[in-house]
Amino acid sequence: MNRITSLFERKAKNLLNVYFTAGYPDLHDTLPTMKALEASGVDLIEIGIPYSDPIADGPTIQESNGKALDNGMSLKFLFEQLAEMRKEVSLPVILMGYVNPIEQFGMEAFCQKCQEVGVDGVILPDLPMYEYLHGYQELFKRHGLLNIFLITPQTSDERIRLIDQASEGFIYMVSSASTTGVKTGISSDQEHYFERIAQMQLKNPCLIGFGISDFQSFQKACEHASGAIVGSAFIKAISAQGDVSAKVKAFVQKLLKN
Amino acid sequence: MNVKVDERGYYGKFGGAFIPEMLYPNIEELRENYEAITADEAFKTQFDQLLKDFVGRPTPLYLAERLSEKYGVKLYLKREDLCHTGAHKINNTIGQILLAQRLGKQKIIAETGAGQHGVATATVCALMGVECIIYMGALDMERQRPNVERMRILGAEVRAAESGSKTLKDATNEAMRHWINHPTDTHYIIGSVVGPHPYPEMVARFQSVISAEMKEQLLEKEGKTNPDYVIACVGGGSNAAGAFYHYYEENAVQLVAVEAAGLGNHTGKSAATTTLGKPGVLHGSKTLLMQTPDGQVTEPYSISAGLDYPGIGPVHAHLHDTGRATFYSVTDEEAMKAGIELSRMEGIIPAIETAHAFAALKQMSFQPEQIAIINLSGRGDKDLETYIKWGKY
Repeated sequence: MNRITSLFERKAKNLLNVYFTAGYPDLHDTLPTMKALEASGVDLIEIGIPYSDPIADGPTIQESNGKALDNGMSLKFLFEQLAEMRKEVSLPVILMGYVNPIEQFGMEAFCQKCQEVGVDGVILPDLPMYEYLHGYQELFKRHGLLNIFLITPQTSDERIRLIDQASEGFIYMVSSASTTGVKTGISSDQEHYFERIAQMQLKNPCLIGFGISDFQSFQKACEHASGAIVGSAFIKAISAQGDVSAKVKAFVQKLLKN
Repeated sequence: MNVKVDERGYYGKFGGAFIPEMLYPNIEELRENYEAITADEAFKTQFDQLLKDFVGRPTPLYLAERLSEKYGVKLYLKREDLCHTGAHKINNTIGQILLAQRLGKQKIIAETGAGQHGVATATVCALMGVECIIYMGALDMERQRPNVERMRILGAEVRAAESGSKTLKDATNEAMRHWINHPTDTHYIIGSVVGPHPYPEMVARFQSVISAEMKEQLLEKEGKTNPDYVIACVGGGSNAAGAFYHYYEENAVQLVAVEAAGLGNHTGKSAATTTLGKPGVLHGSKTLLMQTPDGQVTEPYSISAGLDYPGIGPVHAHLHDTGRATFYSVTDEEAMKAGIELSRMEGIIPAIETAHAFAALKQMSFQPEQIAIINLSGRGDKDLETYIKWGKY
């Protein structure tokens, strides 16, 4: 069974998904970061495929993308780094990336590689639902890949229902009208939105992302959803010099207070 | 040939709406409403009135006799350089500001490269009294100082795009990010026939007044609506789309698009997307795109900041793919010489973007009885500094 699906069957609350950019801060940090995340008690790992023009991302993740590209990271090299990951990492792994580098790699080759190295899901923010359903769904399914969709405070109920139908695994609930890492904390407006979604009783669980940066915001998110996704705050934490596993462990411990 | 956009925003293989979910409601709102709004009689009346009284349309169709003689073709110039603010860009910004008002949006954002679209946007915002933020690459702000100040005089806030290569592509990224962060009260006025559907078609329709007038004016002067050639420069491609629009289905009219080859197509310093690009996705549409084998978008180069874009409007990718339009590319040097030639022979200093279209005349061959129209998309005031630096006149 897909690792994402079985994770949600085992654990329904307080899930922590951590995002980081492949090849950041150093080219060879990808696998050590994944191992440290697993050792720290994280539930899912989301790896960003660096891109020159990440329009849904704020400054922190943009800079990490630029640095990773300067380091020499590419999708081809990432798959080389991940080739043996399943010997050391058992958590669900999601690749997040923009359409263009994947189209150049070849969508079919990408799906094959994902299956081969043991990737469980993908988040492609600039691949709209219509294009996915009409061009890619069959391919993703054939390779056991779950496509994770985003919803935002502006997404209509009608469209959320459609996204829920097309989704498997979980729904990525964007906490506010924002790019990544721009707004922090959770306001009462946002809580109303979380409640509205909770009351819709979707078939998929939701994880809340964007603006989740510390213990308080993580707790708040967990009150309203199955868990949360942390990205920019984690990128900031690992940007400093120092041992990868120590930096990862310190960040996750502080977030979970365990 | 069929150049109609389909329901999902495709011209053949190119187009679509590859946008993050955060922008879906905005794009959907536009897609659902723009045709009804722009077809409304009150809208059309106001649009036409402003084009006439504020922009100064119709722009003349001028027979360039000395150039005609030199190139052996009857050459007409469509004088978009005489539009208010100095280029065709304002046709689109007038249309979009009226649309934004009807959508109830109180704030406007836009991207700009050379600053012409930024000035045209700041102008219509001043006209309507709405708040205006223009994103411009930090590098372009240095290169185009006078246009930055023009925007500020008009009351716009100019924000430097400091990300990536700090040019037009990055200004577009920043404008899209701003829109993601302010989705409900803001309209994004895209300046070219690029971006997610419905922008490419919407911008082309606002610019199509150019070819509508060409047909009427040529009929008056030559007794027929169709020339043998329509020639325009292409960066994103808004002036070309406007000049070609009413000729798409007229297969006897040859459409000629001229791209910027910078220092030469094989020097690594070029912006000739149809020569150097491959299909890819940028700024919301599938189109031809200059990129590395890994799919990272590369930085184009041209002496003209308005042609300095790594993509091309999806409609032009389609015109290229199907062979409906012929594409030429012209180096910096050829364009500058053509700009000087037009200045000396016809008394018109063109924008350097526009000068590229004139440089293509040297690569083409004509029959003396043939008629060609060049879309003279902008005037050269903004480029004086570049002409002076180039110096060979």
